[in-house]
Amino acid sequence: MNNSGRGPRNAAPAASAGAPADSGSSGTQGPALVAGRSGPAPAMLSPVVPSVEFDAVSFAYPDGTQALSEVSVRIAPGELVAIVGQNGSGKSTLVRHLNGLLRPTAGRVLLDGRDIRRTHVARLAGVAGLAFQNPDRQLFSGRVSAEVAFGPRNLGIRGDALEERVRAALDAVGLGGEAATNPYDLGYSRRKLLALASVLAMRTPILILDEPTTGQDARGVARVREVVARAAEEGRTVIAITHDMDFAAECFRRVVVMRAGRVALDGPPTVVFAEAAWPELRAAFLEPPAASVVGARLGLGSTPTAASLVAALVAALKASSRGPDKPR
Amino acid sequence: MAIELDSVRYRYAGSASAALGPIELRLEPGRVVGVAGANESGKTTLCLVTAGLAPAVIGGKLDGSVRIDGVDAATLRPHELAQGCGLLFQHASTQLSHTTATVFEEVAFGPCNLGLAVSEVVERVWWALGAVGVEELAPRDPGRLSGGQAQLVALASVLALRPKYLILDEPTSELDPAGTGLVADALAKVAAETGAGILLVEHKTAVLARIAQEVIVLERGAAALAGPAATVLADPRLTQLGVEPPAAVRLEREVRSSGIEWTAALAEAMG
Repeated sequence: MNNSGRGPRNAAPAASAGAPADSGSSGTQGPALVAGRSGPAPAMLSPVVPSVEFDAVSFAYPDGTQALSEVSVRIAPGELVAIVGQNGSGKSTLVRHLNGLLRPTAGRVLLDGRDIRRTHVARLAGVAGLAFQNPDRQLFSGRVSAEVAFGPRNLGIRGDALEERVRAALDAVGLGGEAATNPYDLGYSRRKLLALASVLAMRTPILILDEPTTGQDARGVARVREVVARAAEEGRTVIAITHDMDFAAECFRRVVVMRAGRVALDGPPTVVFAEAAWPELRAAFLEPPAASVVGARLGLGSTPTAASLVAALVAALKASSRGPDKPR
Repeated sequence: MAIELDSVRYRYAGSASAALGPIELRLEPGRVVGVAGANESGKTTLCLVTAGLAPAVIGGKLDGSVRIDGVDAATLRPHELAQGCGLLFQHASTQLSHTTATVFEEVAFGPCNLGLAVSEVVERVWWALGAVGVEELAPRDPGRLSGGQAQLVALASVLALRPKYLILDEPTSELDPAGTGLVADALAKVAAETGAGILLVEHKTAVLARIAQEVIVLERGAAALAGPAATVLADPRLTQLGVEPPAAVRLEREVRSSGIEWTAALAEAMG
């Protein structure tokens, strides 16, 4: 379902995608990257991207808080999925199941159809990279470059390949000039971009971003958007938690709305943000993007992005010979 | 009656260059002045200077004058500054005292230190928790709140001081859209009902459009734009200053730049 059609290059078998059995090969290569060490051109990477499936996943925190109730979501390789919902609706809890930080109290999490229950967290780390909401939970090195090198080094990357990864990741978030800086001399927004770079350097086939745009100014948001677009071009799966509905509508092909630990809506932005879904959105304490509201007022159908609104306006004006004031 | 910054420049201790200035600012009771700008453009520094904490508490060098209700801030003592100005830090974890067992006690911490009667403290705590819609968190452990909840509790703990001036550094950064709307409404209400003057640093320009009367956009420590909120937020230079314009402004720009004639019907739909 929801296959974006954007050719995720997923022809190789699932054997290397973090399978629990073949622990003998854990030496020098990231478990799910075929070409990660073969050359310096990141655009040529061809990650083997596993599908993700949450199968009736429930999770209760030790204090009894039921954070997830039978969540079932299947994400095809290369999909771009935004997860939206109120604070406390279970978004972060859900994605933390993907890299093994949390294990479901009921249900299963599957990568390429395999239950990850017995997969070691260290192997999952090479498959699903998670950038935390709060960078200070993630950063610990005294130098920006060391921070970014930590992940790939633990995947067995060394030497020039490691340096190249660090440089590419820092360039991708606009911190290329800060390699020697102490992370705590960076402002919050740049520490957050640094945390993102440290995950990018892992070149994981699945990229998980927890509120990547909060605390960023317009330039930082543009950086994050570029990172998502590039990961999409490379065929990676990107899953982002966000409160920014414009970001969700413009950069993702699928939006999952969570409400009180359950999936309330799941579909492309045109469906999830369509007027018919607004009551459900509002019940989840969300508002549709401004472009959706304007499109609905003008009777243009579902236009969740500025681009789709403009396109619908142009089409309506062309179709209407009776004056441009009243499209349709 | 106002906080007035006159030709202010400020540099941090140990830094060779000024982080802020030259800048003018006038924050009057009952008014909301919004501050936007790219990351590291001086917004947080402006908060610290306006609250009188820089240089009084953290050192550094200030040129020009900061006057709080006509009194030079440099002559005020920390407890006097604290009573006049409530400052909400950007991150709730820096704000919370980490000394209290419940959210109720956390919010009561400030008013207790003002030496108020217990009944007055209790009344203020419930009022402040109610203002940001988190009364149900009162018995919870402040160390076990979500990011958004902690931010609301931190804001309530500042509101409970009922300061004459409120200086808020990105109070909605961790909040979902509903929480952001709640805080925006609460601040507008606090300004109108208690007459507090509010300096509000905010990336979400929709919030500024909703409740600020004036907006300042900082660039490298100085005011690149300043004036009535509606004028500043519609300024075409906003994006290049690293500030995302409100959605309505952005959509209007997209429509116009695509060559579609801008009509009254469109303007109405955007509103």
